[in-house]
Amino acid sequence: MIERSMERLAEKTPNGVARYAGGLSDKKLAWLFVAPSILLLLAINIFPLIWTIYLSFTNYRVNRPNRDVDWIGLRNYERILNDTDIWQTMQATAHFLISTIVLQVLLGFALAFLINKKFRGNDVLTTLIVIPMMLSPAVVGNFWTFLYQPQIGLFNYVVGFLSGVDPSAFSMIGDVSLAPWAIVIVDTWMWTPFVMLICLAGLRSIPNSIYEAAECDRASSWRQFWTITIPMVLPFLMLAVLFRGIENFKMFDLVVQLTGGGPGSLTTLSSIDLKREAFEKWKTGYSSAYAVILFVTVFGLASVYVKALNKVKDR
Amino acid sequence: MKRMIRGLLQFKRGPWEAVASVLIATGVVMLMQPASLTVYSYSFSVTLTGTVMYLICSHFRD
Repeated sequence: MIERSMERLAEKTPNGVARYAGGLSDKKLAWLFVAPSILLLLAINIFPLIWTIYLSFTNYRVNRPNRDVDWIGLRNYERILNDTDIWQTMQATAHFLISTIVLQVLLGFALAFLINKKFRGNDVLTTLIVIPMMLSPAVVGNFWTFLYQPQIGLFNYVVGFLSGVDPSAFSMIGDVSLAPWAIVIVDTWMWTPFVMLICLAGLRSIPNSIYEAAECDRASSWRQFWTITIPMVLPFLMLAVLFRGIENFKMFDLVVQLTGGGPGSLTTLSSIDLKREAFEKWKTGYSSAYAVILFVTVFGLASVYVKALNKVKDR
Repeated sequence: MKRMIRGLLQFKRGPWEAVASVLIATGVVMLMQPASLTVYSYSFSVTLTGTVMYLICSHFRD
């Protein structure tokens, strides 16, 4: 069947093409097949990157296409790296990044450890836990805005019920000291299941024979946890941290829906600030430099992290 | 320490990657620290140096 269709295909191939393809080496043929993907990659990934780097050295503004574009050297970088507002944005990003990763890793691992035990209702609980991860960040941002309402919000009510504080006495989104934590709580609620799933995969990949051998050696549960479970789940945990770190560094939709970057610019993360510079103030050259700074930071960190991950995996 | 310096002088991958990693990490901490604007101003230079160094030295021999 296949041979017949191949023959038919060969018959229908124009003579010129057949002669050309017949004369190609395997290597050239392989390149011919890969070329479209490489061209697409160059067009949608590499070219924009190079163009952004070029624009970062100019005063180009996309809303004034007829204006002359001047080469201004490193002035955009100089301005960004001396701007106190952007400095504050970086600090907000750091706070968000560190807090979410720590909380998600701790809670995700704890949940995975719990789910890994066999008990009734295990499957239902797993399904319930992973639901937040499947929701759209815009939807999550919107309904958490309602949950955080001081007068009618469920979150304030629960906190008030548990602590005895008047629910309308505090506003998670409006309070300067609480707003950074408001976005951390929502991101943790949404993405802990993701970390949990990765940890669960790690926990389930540990062969039971190792625990049995440890039991024979009369190792305590605590000892088994620190010398078997943690080292064997560590590569998975590190992978989860890498994914969440990169994702949270470019966090945008959830925070915009939830706080809009406020109060003031307290929860304005670098990606939100970058979007404002690029598409509200239309400072294209300036925002390109901003994007390059963020790119180099994430790229550098990810490279180091992947190296560390490989080392842990090889151990 | 001696082995590290010898590795650096012989352009071995490991020690150079370690130096680049330290530079990148330092640059990121400098970028996000809340203490000094001057330190923040130099953060990108440090991160960029580390990243470029990392890209180059990952092609060195082991």
